[in-house]
Amino acid sequence: MTGQPRTPESDAARSLKSRNRALAFVLVGFVVLFFVMTLVRLGGNVAERSF
Amino acid sequence: MNPGTLSAIISGAATTAPAHAPSLATASDFFALLKPRVMSLVVFTGIAGIMLAPVPMHPVAALTALFCIAAGAGASGALNMWFDADIDAIMARTQSRPIPRGRITPSEALGFGVALSLASIATMGVLVNWLAAGLLAFTIAFYVFVYTMGLKRRTPQNIVIGGLAGAMPPAIGWAAATGSLAVEPLVLVALIFMWTPPHFWALALYRADDYARAGVPMLPVVAGERATKNQIILYTLVFLVVSALPVLAGFAGLIYAATALAFGAVFLGLVLQLCVMTAATRALASRRAMRVFGFSILHLFALFASLIAEAAFGVSALMGSLVA
Repeated sequence: MTGQPRTPESDAARSLKSRNRALAFVLVGFVVLFFVMTLVRLGGNVAERSF
Repeated sequence: MNPGTLSAIISGAATTAPAHAPSLATASDFFALLKPRVMSLVVFTGIAGIMLAPVPMHPVAALTALFCIAAGAGASGALNMWFDADIDAIMARTQSRPIPRGRITPSEALGFGVALSLASIATMGVLVNWLAAGLLAFTIAFYVFVYTMGLKRRTPQNIVIGGLAGAMPPAIGWAAATGSLAVEPLVLVALIFMWTPPHFWALALYRADDYARAGVPMLPVVAGERATKNQIILYTLVFLVVSALPVLAGFAGLIYAATALAFGAVFLGLVLQLCVMTAATRALASRRAMRVFGFSILHLFALFASLIAEAAFGVSALMGSLVA
């Protein structure tokens, strides 16, 4: 291994990156969930509206 | 927990790491806060509530409801670990949890638990319905305020009354599908409620020294082994009677009836072996207690799996017509 030696700072940075990735995943998941559930709740009401 | 300990834990001073140190917690540490194994059984019983409901639920809405139930259960687990950080550090069973290990500070766990609670309740309310959200809020509040903060360190009846929180998911699932409550989900709530005492007291018999060291007044610590075994027999008998109610109420069929009968007979046998027969050695007694604990999980899983299978294949109507 030729990588940088592990230091408390590099461990903290790695942990922060792991948490940020998880948070991003959760936030994107929420956006997708609300979008899909909006379509589900609207159902055919939009497609079949009479204008 | 005294006020000094409480303020220390809120401020994060109870951990070994200095308060200003950068957090080393990873996403998997936060996932461990959710008590994933408990969460899986909670989700499974929630699925039964949704599947048994007479109103079909859109699959995406059903998954959303299950996600909220899982998140709510996880949030309860995180808040439980925040409040119990001091005794978790003493007990062998819980020493490897993220807070005692110093991976997550109590204040991080508190913030995570509160945020996840609010998010799960709000999401359930906005995307599913507000009755399900209200029941989810009640469940989280009951587990955190009534069981964890109120009962756990005060009375040997802690897991009996506190068991209501763990019993609620079928009612939440049913409410998510129908927007109302009925007898069927309440029977399932009663089933899990009566299952809880023998399940936890079997574990407490095995871990009595651990609980005593932490000052948690579990029944074996306060009343002794004999009294606990008597209570296990009593609650097991009531649980077995309650496990017949889905058939008698007409919403479970032959598959459930056969499962309840077979697993009930084995469970009763294991309970009697633990509580009536004399164990030659301490190790054998511990093995019997853990066998009851392990089988009780399988038993509940099998009962709900059979209900889900019947609902999925529509076979419960047969037994319902036979009983009627």
